[in-house]
Amino acid sequence: MEIEVVAAHTPEKIIREAIDPAVGFQGYNGRNIAFALGLPAMEAAVVTPFIQMLGNLYRLFMDKNAAMVEINPLVITSDKKLIALDGKVSFDDNALFRHADVQQMRDLHEEDPLEIEAGENNLNYIKLDGNIGCMVNGAGLAMATMDVIKLAGSEPANFLDVGGGATKETVAAGFRILLKDPNVKGIFINIFGGIVRCDRIAHGVIEAAKEVKINVPLVVRLQGTNADEGRKLLAESDLKLEVANDLWEAAQKIVKLTSKAA
Amino acid sequence: MSILVNKNTRVVVQGITGKEGSFHATQCKAYGTQVVAGVTPGKAGQEVEGIPVFNTVRNAVKKTQCDTSLIFVPPPFCADAILEAADAGIKLVICITEGIPVNDMVKVKRALRGRDVRLVGPNCPGVITVDEAKIGIMPGFIHKKGVVGVVSRSGTLTYEAVHQLSTLGLGETTCVGIGGDPVNGTGFVDVLALFEKDPETQAIVMIGEIGGDAEEKAAEFIKQQVKKPVVSFIAGITAPPGRRMGHAGAIISGGKGTAAEKMKSLEAAGVRVVKNPAEIGNAVKVALGR
Repeated sequence: MEIEVVAAHTPEKIIREAIDPAVGFQGYNGRNIAFALGLPAMEAAVVTPFIQMLGNLYRLFMDKNAAMVEINPLVITSDKKLIALDGKVSFDDNALFRHADVQQMRDLHEEDPLEIEAGENNLNYIKLDGNIGCMVNGAGLAMATMDVIKLAGSEPANFLDVGGGATKETVAAGFRILLKDPNVKGIFINIFGGIVRCDRIAHGVIEAAKEVKINVPLVVRLQGTNADEGRKLLAESDLKLEVANDLWEAAQKIVKLTSKAA
Repeated sequence: MSILVNKNTRVVVQGITGKEGSFHATQCKAYGTQVVAGVTPGKAGQEVEGIPVFNTVRNAVKKTQCDTSLIFVPPPFCADAILEAADAGIKLVICITEGIPVNDMVKVKRALRGRDVRLVGPNCPGVITVDEAKIGIMPGFIHKKGVVGVVSRSGTLTYEAVHQLSTLGLGETTCVGIGGDPVNGTGFVDVLALFEKDPETQAIVMIGEIGGDAEEKAAEFIKQQVKKPVVSFIAGITAPPGRRMGHAGAIISGGKGTAAEKMKSLEAAGVRVVKNPAEIGNAVKVALGR
């Protein structure tokens, strides 16, 4: 059964049961679900183990800090046995520190190599299909930067949040990852300096660019703390790049530069 | 006037002796916030930039009459820290920490239900009432006293909006970061209700993003109860489904929580939704007829 299809076409068929975390799963939670599913038409031989199983699912969900526990499909055989034919469990990344056993199940072959490399450098990177690589501080601003690239007429190659730190090391790692994606035809760095000073970031960009050969157009937009100093440093460096003050201006610049290159 | 915090707010910083805690406690104090106490278990008697450190929040409340807590405690110990503050009689708990397990927050939220305490965050930049109190990690200098209330799920994107409002001379009253986690304390609706009642706030900027249904609930509330103009930007129109975009709560799952859906609900509620984040400030200016 595809739950997404059920949700889209017959949402009334989805049974929702809220479990109070203060007391955990109760018998009535199970009965509500069993009766709503029409199980009582059968005997206690089915209903009792079914409710037990629901209680165990809740325990698994809480004990292992799961994000989702799914049994699909669950079947009742003609001799009244409950059998889970398939199942999926996903976990809360933020709780992995509590579960060494879950961490051991991680299979790196199932993940994108660039995303693994980003994780090792404490960067949050998600590969997309466009051709403008972007490097941004903060998740919300990183998403907004992707959106503004699209609005300016192109497509983002990735989501990349370098976090609050944005040092020379993180910027260099960011450049390496972005440039490994063969689709990337230009790079847009968008930093709003808060606690992080823009002049520090400018230094980081200049140093990182010395280490990593950048062979595509680069637009850097700096705003916030010490933005003027940062922009001046970049302008005076021998790096080939364009500096911008404003988000929209910067997005239009990089889109123009990359469409010329294509 | 303002909402949530002002110059009389007395702040205790939980986790004050850590790197982040000491840095930001100092910054908040420099902005003019009354940071009257810090808490780190086992470090009572020390001082951080003249701020006395206590072992427990209970002691800090008893000795300094602090009423608001700012939390920098690492994620594994955060649920404990939030509950400690609530139990000690703190009325407003602002939690900056990112990376708290969701189930921890589920339990915390349940435990706080019905109590006289408000939680803001976690995973947020905090709350600032311009020229009165900065209780969080936002850069104070980009803010300018004015007439716009800002509420947001994001940090740096909020700074972007604030910068535009300040540059255009509109300025802000209070800015509230409600955080990027799927289970948080104060939501859009709570803050919208406070801004609607605040006589100084003339317009509201609401910054949302993909994931969850907080924006849809806000739209419903705005339609019925908000008379002031609201300008909104929703981040993530280009975000692919099924991927977590940095924030734990920013994920389109089962086809739900898309930016397009949220924009539609907000527009239907009379909100001015801008597609371009660089246009937030201008849209407010137009809404206010300036």
